[in-house]
Amino acid sequence: MQPSRNQDTLVGLFVAAGIAGLFFLSLKVSNLSAFSQDESYTITARFENTGGLKVRSAVSAAGVKVGQVSDIYFDSKTYQAVVTMHINQQYNTLPDDTTASIFTSGLLGEQYVNLEPGGSDSYLTDNGKIDITQPAIILEKAIGQFLFKAAEEKGEAKE
Amino acid sequence: MINSLQHLGAYTRNSFSKVGRGTGFLLQTLSYLFSVIARPRLLMAQLYSVGVLSFLIITISGLFVGMVLALQGYYTLSAFGAEASLGVMVAASLVRELGPVVSALLFAGRAGSALTAEIGLMKATEQLSGMEMMAIDPFKRIIAPRFLAGCISMPLLAALFSAIGTLGGYLVGSGLLGLDDGAYWSQMQAKIDFQDDIINGVIKSAVFGFVITWIALFEGYDSIPTSEGVSRSTTRTVVNSAFSILGLDFILTALMFGDH
Repeated sequence: MQPSRNQDTLVGLFVAAGIAGLFFLSLKVSNLSAFSQDESYTITARFENTGGLKVRSAVSAAGVKVGQVSDIYFDSKTYQAVVTMHINQQYNTLPDDTTASIFTSGLLGEQYVNLEPGGSDSYLTDNGKIDITQPAIILEKAIGQFLFKAAEEKGEAKE
Repeated sequence: MINSLQHLGAYTRNSFSKVGRGTGFLLQTLSYLFSVIARPRLLMAQLYSVGVLSFLIITISGLFVGMVLALQGYYTLSAFGAEASLGVMVAASLVRELGPVVSALLFAGRAGSALTAEIGLMKATEQLSGMEMMAIDPFKRIIAPRFLAGCISMPLLAALFSAIGTLGGYLVGSGLLGLDDGAYWSQMQAKIDFQDDIINGVIKSAVFGFVITWIALFEGYDSIPTSEGVSRSTTRTVVNSAFSILGLDFILTALMFGDH
């Protein structure tokens, strides 16, 4: 039964290679490794405008990812967007006067929440709220304002 | 006039009876799937001829498809200064579409045609009837192991295709084009979702594997037992598989990615 045993080896190699390919796709290509449901706590923040922020967008502090956005909804009473974030338990020493702002990574990159720690002695806890927020910068708005300002200055110079 | 009506009628009746025979064939095959597990040696031999022998063509094609995607993507993306997104582009197109579809087309050409020719010849040389004479059910002994082997092999081959393709894209991206390899992998990991992309790709390839093996085995079993009939069945396998893959891919894509 020698040829049959060789065949078995090759079939085993083939199946192992296929499964290795699947593992490679899951761990190296997709976000499964970053998706681990570690111990985390939840905080919320209210923004005037979330821009293009999405569920699962990154939450980072000093450029390091510390959590992810888990929910975004519109509060029809205050007309603000409420963003719920899961922060990894190991970063449980964020001061309660932390500022949350929505930034864009690069000019065309995706948007993320940036946490800037304040100087308070007490820390944010589970279900804590961030009071100081800065809305996303809408590029079109900024360009519009810039153009408007430039035109105004030009008009003043003429007079 | 009457003649053409007769033609149309015969054509319709034949098509319907073929669909009916195909469905009956599938149900009969499925009912024997459990008996395959009792005889793993038959399955092993088929996994070898269906899976292992398709291994090389799939991996080499995957490598080159990934490399070409990276080259083409680079020229388009660099026009926008977005070369860093090359990894996302290569991986997303491979995992969602090209991996399952191209490997299914190759699988239909490599393994599907071989299955049809094999079964068709078995029928033409009356080996199938011979088996029945010896009270061996050809479905149990011939069809069901091949069917199961095709269904197992296809998702594995598609995953390999995508994996090798992303590696090929990486080779071209960081080796030939001098891109930052950290950006290639990290942007990819940030954008490719396990549930939405990887799992859906695997589901696609499993569906394709099921359909290709079904078509290939049925065309072989249903072929006219002459050399011409077998050759026609083999052609039909490849053509019908390609149609079904592309049509099903559209439907599956619309179902999976439609609501985003």
